[in-house]
Amino acid sequence: MKSTEEITSGKFAGTGPSIDVERVRRDFPLLEEKVHGRKLAYLDNAATTQKPRQVIDAMMQFYTSGCSNVHRGVHLLSERATANYESARSRLRRFINARDDREIVFVRGATEAINLVASSFGKAHVKPGDEILITGMEHHSNIVPWQVVCEERGARLRVVPINLAGELLVEEYEKLLNPRTSLVAVTHVSNALGTVNPVRHIVEMAHRNGTPVLIDGAQAVQHLRVDVQALDCDFYAFSGHKMYGPTGIGVLYGKERWLESMPPYQAGGDMITSVTFEKTIYAKLPHKFEAGTPDIAGVIGLGAAVDYLESLGVDRIAEHEHALLEYGTKVLQAVPGVRIIGTAPGKTSVLSFTLEGVHPHDVGTILDQEGIAIRTGHHCAQPVMDFFRIPATARASLALYNTREELDTLAAGLRRVAEVFN
Amino acid sequence: MSDLRELYQEVILDHHKRPRNFHKLEDANRHAEGFNPLCGDKIQLYLRVEDGIVRDAGFEGSGCAISTASASLMTEMLKGKTEAESEALFEKFHDLVTGKSMPDSASLGKLAVFSGVREYPVRVKCAVLAWHTLRAALQGSLERVATE
Repeated sequence: MKSTEEITSGKFAGTGPSIDVERVRRDFPLLEEKVHGRKLAYLDNAATTQKPRQVIDAMMQFYTSGCSNVHRGVHLLSERATANYESARSRLRRFINARDDREIVFVRGATEAINLVASSFGKAHVKPGDEILITGMEHHSNIVPWQVVCEERGARLRVVPINLAGELLVEEYEKLLNPRTSLVAVTHVSNALGTVNPVRHIVEMAHRNGTPVLIDGAQAVQHLRVDVQALDCDFYAFSGHKMYGPTGIGVLYGKERWLESMPPYQAGGDMITSVTFEKTIYAKLPHKFEAGTPDIAGVIGLGAAVDYLESLGVDRIAEHEHALLEYGTKVLQAVPGVRIIGTAPGKTSVLSFTLEGVHPHDVGTILDQEGIAIRTGHHCAQPVMDFFRIPATARASLALYNTREELDTLAAGLRRVAEVFN
Repeated sequence: MSDLRELYQEVILDHHKRPRNFHKLEDANRHAEGFNPLCGDKIQLYLRVEDGIVRDAGFEGSGCAISTASASLMTEMLKGKTEAESEALFEKFHDLVTGKSMPDSASLGKLAVFSGVREYPVRVKCAVLAWHTLRAALQGSLERVATE
């Protein structure tokens, strides 16, 4: 049994046979695609991962032979759809080791999960003069909702600084915690830098201060095993499409007592027990937060994505990706002019970098011609770019199906970029 | 590679490495700021316009090769042109990079080197950032221009 810090620091011990990459690649139809006549090297997994056939088939099956609404109707199809939908919820609960299915709320993605907490927790628990504490490495989706709450509630947003390696300054965090801090919102893994934050420690310190913690897990669940009970976090948000599931679906985990204390986020059907014009009684958790017909096919697809990840083993995936990260770091550093941004010792498989004398946008265009898909830009983390005094980076982000060969292709591509520009 | 040379022509690479008029104009009477939120490109454009004629132009900022070279070549081309001629040039340039039409190269002059951009739709915004900023500067708009 690994300790939580071991798990969250990105270091992994061997856990049996490693992933057979050639075999898993065959599960992903898109990886066969050619781009500009070249073999595709898909290295933009932090933006979204490709989907395995198992996920695509599960959704296809729902639409071709199981389509019906959930939580309504007594007919067979509706019963079956409801069972499949709720079964996916249970699998997601097990996936992050939540205590109860009622703590798993389906949302559109991590962004909506954070907005839900910002809005509902904000209404119930944020008072004028309170402080909400975030960090300098957050994605815009874990900054802007809190700015809105602060504006609405007369609270103040405070930011924990980071260092040049891209690590959180934990001692500064501790200093910023105070009796006015009503919530800490922190990313588990930085999307722009790959840094794995010491979230267990962050939660512990916040709780000592009596402050609940929301963790943005959008870049974490697909890379390392997450146990929300071990972390003891109060909220955990993640998206399906970054963990091999469909777009438009995600999960908000919330401790039952917090979710119970919060008003609904949206109102409508499915989130009520009874409605009269005089009084409406809200449904119990999690349905209180799931107004309207949900993305049933998305939930079923996400359930299939969890099954897929579990079948490979998250620890084995992490091991494979960690080896790729080490190899990728080495081959990129060997390219003249490359500077890697984000050099924390505990990292997931994200390689953010700049190439001297060439803007990342130009790097991206030239690599694209070579069939290499990377992300360029500020990665929705403008404050991170400002901190490093760069306008943007190029980012290669690796997934379970990537290979060393693709990293060699990337390094060769970067040498071509230098050729074009010199 | 041949396609890439179409986009990254020598003139573009040269203006990227050694942008012309890359400075603030102390005696500017028009100024605008342009921003491409998608990639973070920023430009400050300065103009000195007298009697309806652009007498001098300069810019500062950071951006990719396409946006930097575009701003550099634009400031070169503008000098001596009337405001109306500058506007008309933008129209022609816009048609060129979006592939809407193929304007005669004589009227475009050096700007013809941007013809390769039409094959790269996501890069059109890079090419036109400076020009949108120009329009804002000529119209005296104080709002920051964003190409979104």
